[in-house]
Amino acid sequence: MLRKLFLIGLLLLVIGIVPALAQDTTIRYFTFSAAPDHLEDLDTIIAAFEEANPGITVEVETAPFADYFTLLQADVVSGDAPDVFELNYENFVTYAANDTLLDLSSYLDAEAPFYPRALEAFQYEGVQMALPETFSTVLMFYNADLFDQAGVAYPTNEWTWEDVRAAGQAIRALGEDTWGVYSGVQFWEFYKKAAQNGECEFFNADMTESTINSQACVDTLNLMTSFMNEDLMPTSAELSGVSDGDLFVSGKLGMIVTGIWMFSAFAEAPFAWDVEVEPMINQHASHFFANGVGVSSTTDNAEAAAAWAQFLTSSEVAANVRVESSWELPALDEPAYFTGYLAVTPPENREAVFASLESPVTPPVIVRQNEMQDAVNALITRVVDGELTAQEALDQAKTELDALIAE
Amino acid sequence: MTWQTGWHKWKWVAFFLAPSLIGLSIFIVLPILTSFTLAFQDWNLLSPPEWIGLANFQEMFADASFWGALRYTLLFIAFYIPAVFVLALGLAVLLNQKLRGVLVVRTATFLPVVASWVVVSLIWKWIFNPQYGLINPILDVFGVQAPAWLFEPGPALVAIVITSVWKDLGYIAVMYLGGLQAISDTLYEAARIDGANSRQQFFRITLPLLTPTMFFVLIILLINSFQVFDQVWLMPMRDSAADRQVEVLVTEVVKNAFSYNRMGYASAMSWVLFALIFAITFAQLRLQKRWVYYESE
Repeated sequence: MLRKLFLIGLLLLVIGIVPALAQDTTIRYFTFSAAPDHLEDLDTIIAAFEEANPGITVEVETAPFADYFTLLQADVVSGDAPDVFELNYENFVTYAANDTLLDLSSYLDAEAPFYPRALEAFQYEGVQMALPETFSTVLMFYNADLFDQAGVAYPTNEWTWEDVRAAGQAIRALGEDTWGVYSGVQFWEFYKKAAQNGECEFFNADMTESTINSQACVDTLNLMTSFMNEDLMPTSAELSGVSDGDLFVSGKLGMIVTGIWMFSAFAEAPFAWDVEVEPMINQHASHFFANGVGVSSTTDNAEAAAAWAQFLTSSEVAANVRVESSWELPALDEPAYFTGYLAVTPPENREAVFASLESPVTPPVIVRQNEMQDAVNALITRVVDGELTAQEALDQAKTELDALIAE
Repeated sequence: MTWQTGWHKWKWVAFFLAPSLIGLSIFIVLPILTSFTLAFQDWNLLSPPEWIGLANFQEMFADASFWGALRYTLLFIAFYIPAVFVLALGLAVLLNQKLRGVLVVRTATFLPVVASWVVVSLIWKWIFNPQYGLINPILDVFGVQAPAWLFEPGPALVAIVITSVWKDLGYIAVMYLGGLQAISDTLYEAARIDGANSRQQFFRITLPLLTPTMFFVLIILLINSFQVFDQVWLMPMRDSAADRQVEVLVTEVVKNAFSYNRMGYASAMSWVLFALIFAITFAQLRLQKRWVYYESE
């Protein structure tokens, strides 16, 4: 009797302990991109990961982008960093430079089909400190109906900004409230158009000095403001709080340079529209916006955390879920994953999304990134307002940027 | 209750005060003391703080953004305080009349005070919109070239002052109203018997006896307006010149702390702001003898 009781007890103990052992690793994952619209999609990816990796559980924490980095900093500084967390490219350097990220080199699956440029973007001093999760880019969207009315041929891959100017003038002539083109005059457009110029660099090669006041950069900034000065593009006061996207949807804008995340917002526009790779100054250059996934340098579960980061960024399940749910595009060089994406219209020319990846540009990144962006934006605004010439503004920008990189 | 003396009494006092004191210490006193030490350190939240002595203060006094923010703060104060100080007094005198429905009007004037700045700024952003707003068509009727209010730095500051005056008028008027109602009717009665007209009564009785309230109002207004934040943060149109150029001291503090991760620098700026407010309040307290009249004196 005693022996039976002992065996039953042992059996119960095993039944209790085995699952406990199998479930012994919990990964905390912090994200800004999933909530509120893609939590179920994330759950699908997690379920697939947990099935493939018994014993690892992923716990999700979310925050809106506006609060995300404040909360993440609070977690990191209090020693309670999540095991795995999302980072946008601009903030990646700050976190990598402050030893908050785990070196993922030894965990990286060499077979994972990441875009090489995307993988490189999340290296810091040559070390893989995060994995690229998604990417986005910016294209030129055009209102085909306005082009037809103005008798202008549609944009092509070979267009320069002078072609845009000519088309913009013809479209502007259609009516007082019809505008030719909108391409923002701010930091993010400036570094990209600097790359389209080819000669304009914000910093020298070893990042010891700013070269933002070079003649090529002055010419680039002058080109950007010329569309506003020639009345082809509305000023912010003329927009009066109407967004550039809303102006395009209202049918009163010929061309707009904006992100592919606007595809769904423009889908119901009551006119024919399409996209093309952004025009050149001297060469092609298109934005490459990337989000990545990093693992905390203080995690107790490095292997499990790295496995989750790898699965989330490069597995077929994750890629398909992202594409099918119109979440964001995975940063993977695997055409088969994008077949469904390419089949959706408008725009007809969705291939332009991938064509733009042939000349990707990432922003110049320094540790004091936000200060650089604010400083350049404030000075650009003064050029737009006619307070400063492009040369005066960029001379001042050089002084400010030199001070920011000196520390 | 003889046991409630000495040590026993203080134990009970401490017991009842503890919940508030603990909260106050953790959430108010400790951060204030920490921010003082942080003012002498470089801390980006991610790496351990580094002691840098007075470097934050040296950088601040050479920083064009700090001086720009101080300039806009002082400009705001220069327009806002005289406007709200005088208009609220006028409003309080009106609300002090014994008229039918005055209670409803008093309540209505206080409504903007309790409205959130987010709501208020949305309403006034529409009013000031150069294309679709209310103000510019009215100015057009009078042939006035209307500015793009919340897009340009100068007009944006004027718009922020107008909105702030509208929102705070009721609060200050209620303070004045309290002062007005504390003035004894017998003084006015005696003045009337002596033949004083309304104007004489206002300048000889009302104003002198209202100076303690005016002094209090001035101190409150100065302290609050040095800390102006919400309207400057919310009202300028996104990405406009006003958005990128109109900064006041507190928006600079917030940007440095939470956008630039420069906690030490932001703390140093906060302490300079505190020193400014303290010095001006201290000067006001010293100068009050010259113009504030207390009835008991």
